[in-house]
Amino acid sequence: MTMANSRSKILEAVKLSQPAFSEIITANIPQSKENLPAKFAGASTNVGGKFIQLNTLEELKSYIAENFKRTGIILSDIVELSDFSVLEIKEMDPHSLANVELAILRANLAVAENGTCWLPEENAIQRVLPFITQHLIVVVSNDAFVPSMHQAYEIIDQDIYGYGVFIAGPSKTADIEQSLVLGAHGPRSMTICLIQELNNKEKR
Amino acid sequence: MKDHSRLSEVFNEDEQRVNWHDETLWWIRQKRDKAANMLPEWELLRENASQIKHHTLSNLANYLEQFESKALANGITVHWAANAVEHNEIVLSILNRNGIDQIVKSKSMLTEECHLNAFLESNGVGVVDSDLGERIVQLAEEPPSHIVLPCIHKKKEEIGELFHKHLGTAHGEADPQVLTEAARQDLRSVFLTRRAALTGVNFAVAETGEIVICTNEGNADMGVHLADIHIASMGIEKIIPKRKDLGIFLRLLARSATGQPITTYSSHFKTPRLGQEMHMILVDNGRSRQLGREEFRNSLKCIRCGACMNTCPVYRRSGGHSYQYTISGPIGSILAPNLDMQKHADLPFASTLCGSCTNVCPVKIDIHNQLYQWRQVLVAAGKTTATKRWGMKIASTLFAYPALFGAAGKLGRSLMKITPYLFKNRLNPWYHQREMPAPPEQSFREWYKKQRNNKD
Ligand code: SF4
Repeated sequence: MTMANSRSKILEAVKLSQPAFSEIITANIPQSKENLPAKFAGASTNVGGKFIQLNTLEELKSYIAENFKRTGIILSDIVELSDFSVLEIKEMDPHSLANVELAILRANLAVAENGTCWLPEENAIQRVLPFITQHLIVVVSNDAFVPSMHQAYEIIDQDIYGYGVFIAGPSKTADIEQSLVLGAHGPRSMTICLIQELNNKEKR
Repeated sequence: MKDHSRLSEVFNEDEQRVNWHDETLWWIRQKRDKAANMLPEWELLRENASQIKHHTLSNLANYLEQFESKALANGITVHWAANAVEHNEIVLSILNRNGIDQIVKSKSMLTEECHLNAFLESNGVGVVDSDLGERIVQLAEEPPSHIVLPCIHKKKEEIGELFHKHLGTAHGEADPQVLTEAARQDLRSVFLTRRAALTGVNFAVAETGEIVICTNEGNADMGVHLADIHIASMGIEKIIPKRKDLGIFLRLLARSATGQPITTYSSHFKTPRLGQEMHMILVDNGRSRQLGREEFRNSLKCIRCGACMNTCPVYRRSGGHSYQYTISGPIGSILAPNLDMQKHADLPFASTLCGSCTNVCPVKIDIHNQLYQWRQVLVAAGKTTATKRWGMKIASTLFAYPALFGAAGKLGRSLMKITPYLFKNRLNPWYHQREMPAPPEQSFREWYKKQRNNKD
């Protein structure tokens, strides 16, 4: 490439220009660990999400039957929801997911301060799935909650992933005169479902 | 060329629109305040963020090399571009090599700075901007007027008009819900058919070689995950040392920008998808020069939240286009003269130096100080008009000698009463779109003295 020496040119210029080395001095920021699911529910609602609590995945099945179109494609890799599972989607061409109506995914980390769930690639099944689906349900257990982004990064600090995303509610835009519209390019709705009988440890 | 004050005059001709623009941005500023006030640790967060950025700049060369080696190990091709021309050439060569003549692009102020769209189009490559606001200004053939809210200057009726023409929505349709749906349908087919996706970068982590992109719409992800090739363009100042630093920056960014606790999506790209090609272009384009300017290097801490624009009384009432630079508002006025002192000499003067920008900046950049510093540099370098040069000279003399300042004030107050036309005439730009209040009988200093005497 013709810009082969731009690398050394830039690094040289940066070395010459950068100020004297200074250490980072950052303070620790403590966070309260109380009432995390309730805090999460509030934050999630504020960013357009819907928070529900159910006892079992069996109950989730009926919830889906009542609230979502039966006609569309529903995908999940949660074994208990095997009615919907399509296990080979991992290998599918992402374009073939264009008509997915609902995806039900598992998150092991949920942040109370802002209503986000962390979905690394394994949980998303396919990187594009949490975006291309018309609706998204994320299943979490009681021990998934942390107070803030600081604790979230403490947990994923050493994780190995190729891709991962924090998701806070449905896709949205306010670009037209600042009126909030849900369903910009990604999901039109996001439901976070806390299942009481689930335990995180099995997946982490 | 028209300067900032001329263009703001044009913007100010439509008073209703100016008021609407002003109020909308102020409303966003208030949402930011609410979000910030909810966190007792807000000031601590700002301080931490500023410290991390300061440290990063002091060790930038090492961090860039570390980032590069990690990214390479992650299977990413890394390119270096000294300037906009090289950046654009690199993008084009990747596309040419793969026989691609249509791409989808998510928000990237850097590619705006490099005028990438125009360059690609002149080389036969079609570009579709996928952020709704950017798509709107693209259809209108205008540059974005705000770094976070690209079409904040546009009324929904104007957007409806554009969509009627380009996307076939009903004539007169101006409902944001309907218009957004039309864009969703249209862009979905774009996402599904483009083989290359270009994105910007919000943060690049030296420790891991991953990049983080923040959007509310999910447009960056839709483009990238459906494309064979992902090209990410980033300025060299986007580096942060560690993954856990993201906790601090992600807490600050959206709260400062729109008052949201976080953007809908904070996507971490570390390796290409199986079978996908991923390129990262590290761009200097004047940044190393700015790093060497001691009084202005703090401007490289900017995380592009836009808070300084939303709060700026001049920006709110002059509009982003009046700055004639990709990044408008207070921070743009510091960055632009670094690239071209002559062309952007007017910008550091487009400020009241009220300091509101400095107060809201999440990485604690001393924005108004730097604007003041630029004025000194520009005047010394002879880049300003004679009126400004003399104005600055007279003002600094007056400020230096209090007695003279007092006398000048007294003289001014009486002259304004006796001969108002001396002040209120076409030659004094202050009077365009303004009325002056009646001059006070006494100055603050005189009043203060009297009060003290009364007390004694
Ligand atoms: S200078 Fe500060 S307030 Fe302005 S856009 Fe950059 S980070 Fe935000």
